[in-house]
Amino acid sequence: MSGKLKVIAAMSGGVDSAVAAARAVEAGHEVIGVHLALSSNPQKYRSGARGCCTVEDSHDARRAADVIGIPFYIWDMAEQFHAGVVENFLSEYQSGRTPNPCLRCNEKIKFEAVLVRAKALGFDAVVTGHYAITKEVNGVKTLNRAVDPEKDQSYVLAVLTADQISGAIFPLGDTVKDDVRKEAQARGLFVANKPDSHDICFVPSGDNAGWLRERLGSEVGPIVDQNGKELGQHNGAYTFTIGQRRGLNLTVPTPKGEPRYVLSIEPKTNTVVVGTHEALAVNKIVGQPPIWCGPAPELNKVYKGFAQVRAHGEPLPTKYQFDGTHLIADLDQPVFGLATGQALVIYEDDRVVGSATISETF
Amino acid sequence: MAVHSSQIYFDHAATTPMVQPAIDALTAQLLKTGNASSLHSTGRSIRKELEEARESIAKAAGCSAIDVIFTGTGTEADNLAIKGLYWLGAKAGKNIIITSTFEHHAVMDPIKWLQEHEGATVIEIPVSKTGSLDLTALQAAVTQHGAKVAFISIIHANNEIGTVQPIDQVVKIAGGIPVHSDAVQSFGKIDFNFNQLGLTAATISAHKVGGPLGVAALILKKGVNIEPVLHGGGQERDIRSGTFNAPGIIAFASAASNAMIHMQARDAKIRKLKSLLITKVLAAVPDAWVNGQSENSLPGVVNITFPGSDNEGLLLLLDMAGIACSTGSACSAGVHRPSHVLMAIGLTEDETTSSLRFSLGESNTEEEIDKLAAVIASVVEKSKSAANKKVSK
Ligand SMILES: Cc1ncc(COP(=O)(O)O)c(C=O)c1O
Repeated sequence: MSGKLKVIAAMSGGVDSAVAAARAVEAGHEVIGVHLALSSNPQKYRSGARGCCTVEDSHDARRAADVIGIPFYIWDMAEQFHAGVVENFLSEYQSGRTPNPCLRCNEKIKFEAVLVRAKALGFDAVVTGHYAITKEVNGVKTLNRAVDPEKDQSYVLAVLTADQISGAIFPLGDTVKDDVRKEAQARGLFVANKPDSHDICFVPSGDNAGWLRERLGSEVGPIVDQNGKELGQHNGAYTFTIGQRRGLNLTVPTPKGEPRYVLSIEPKTNTVVVGTHEALAVNKIVGQPPIWCGPAPELNKVYKGFAQVRAHGEPLPTKYQFDGTHLIADLDQPVFGLATGQALVIYEDDRVVGSATISETF
Repeated sequence: MAVHSSQIYFDHAATTPMVQPAIDALTAQLLKTGNASSLHSTGRSIRKELEEARESIAKAAGCSAIDVIFTGTGTEADNLAIKGLYWLGAKAGKNIIITSTFEHHAVMDPIKWLQEHEGATVIEIPVSKTGSLDLTALQAAVTQHGAKVAFISIIHANNEIGTVQPIDQVVKIAGGIPVHSDAVQSFGKIDFNFNQLGLTAATISAHKVGGPLGVAALILKKGVNIEPVLHGGGQERDIRSGTFNAPGIIAFASAASNAMIHMQARDAKIRKLKSLLITKVLAAVPDAWVNGQSENSLPGVVNITFPGSDNEGLLLLLDMAGIACSTGSACSAGVHRPSHVLMAIGLTEDETTSSLRFSLGESNTEEEIDKLAAVIASVVEKSKSAANKKVSK
């Protein structure tokens, strides 16, 4: 984006968003720092230096804004976060799918609730510390991979519509993480060495399965093979992920002694189905609803591109098409252990074409 | 973008600039050495000034010097009063606390703590839509539970909406039950006389009357020997320990005396500004309303609801326009909380987050109010589209 804009810099309290805000100031924009409070009781979600919703994080964000020299506010997005991300996370697990809450947060909070509010208050765009690149092609802004393959976050941004992308600024896409840390140091931002946030910010312990069990109960159910033969028991089907191998505690070995993997989760009967690695193979992925990060593909036309199904997964060569409702990927090579609920993201080289939530695999 | 240090400051109820006599007293004291508890002449000379300060604060508050127990903050004094009076009552088998629905957090939260940790039973007396305590309900509670009530605590002037409570009548209804009143907002601004009101305890704080931060007092009737919260050297009647903050206390006394001298003139000036603010803001935003305004209120505090707006957005836009005001209380992470005070006078949660407090002080001018009036309509419009709230009225 060119020219002087009025922008909101979403500041999590981490190093990336702090450097992004500083760069936006240097680019000549009028920048206001905003920290999103995502829990109405911030200590509740996490304490420690890794999350995105603690008292320490809001303090760190405030101090970064002070160092950069920009005004700073806290926006309470707790209600929207709970409804759009936390509840969605629980209900997806309850339905036997594996959600990606960071993606939902980008979709519902950072580039929806925040961007809408920013625009209404008279701002032009939202700046974040995501690693991705936007490029203008024929007057249309497109979303592209960052130069640092380790940090590239285009996958979790693939839920943004073309409109949302045009209201987003990602100043870090051209830089590798190490250099971002060095730059933070040079700018006097004391968050320079703050550890990256991993896992899920609203799960305080990092113990995802335990957190789910606390909220969804831990009803004992059967673990069965593909023929329905019971092999063991589990404490709550939704704490399993498709492709998972560890933690099954099965005592009955397969005839050939091969390891077994979770193939599917049936929430209605509280059953976990396991089988061999080959049975995990997926050749065709169907997702909906599609979100186009740029121009939409033509209806029913088959394109060649790449599919990505995990945040830091390999790009998988594929053919893809849009049938009016579904985004369908026909993979050149099978992929193993794919959970419904995750995002299917389609790339054309480094450009994100669009995404959809995986509803079925074959 | 520059941070506005020359902002129009409409947040005097949060804290107000120090007055010159208090600055002079404080800076003079900072040059002196001496622990006011020391027995040598260096210590005694500081102690002399400190006791003079205690006497002048007592005079300003209408109590005896011995009633004044200095603390670090108003919050500390409130906690000391609430916990101390409860434990004193509990020793005699009295475990009921009577309070209102719109106390400051410094009163409300220790009471909640006593309820959760010490087995206290809490009776909350409601307040009317205009922000006055329901005396009939208070009478009924006292009649029914009197013998079991440890104490009653009712705020004198509410910090969010400014309304003043009839503490004299509360004390009358209380009969022999001890009454505490948080007078942090009223002391030095409107009539407040501890003995005349017949209180057992009251809280005052220096930084709300032009004194420094970090010094306050619990006024506690002589002979009421409550348990301390801080144990140590026993400096203040064995009820509060900690080396005397002599510079702070002496500057507090200067500010308090100064406030008493100028009270009437200040009251007239600030009330006039407040009514100007109300007239102009309501003219600019016709569907806005003033919360809890009764004749009997603080001169400088006004709380206005702008239906459909969102006070996070209002505050941001006003701040960017160089105007400081307040949305009510925020938690440690800075998250806004829906105001329990505004809920207590009947606002919906949505309406509470559409409300702003403007609090005026000595430094404000008519021109500043004109500047607010000039921007408020567009600020409210923008905030409304950002908030996207449904408006029922
Ligand atoms: C009514 C009331 N009580 C208590 C306090 C707390 O006083 P302090 O800031 O001295 O802790 C305040 C100040 O915010 C107040 O307005």
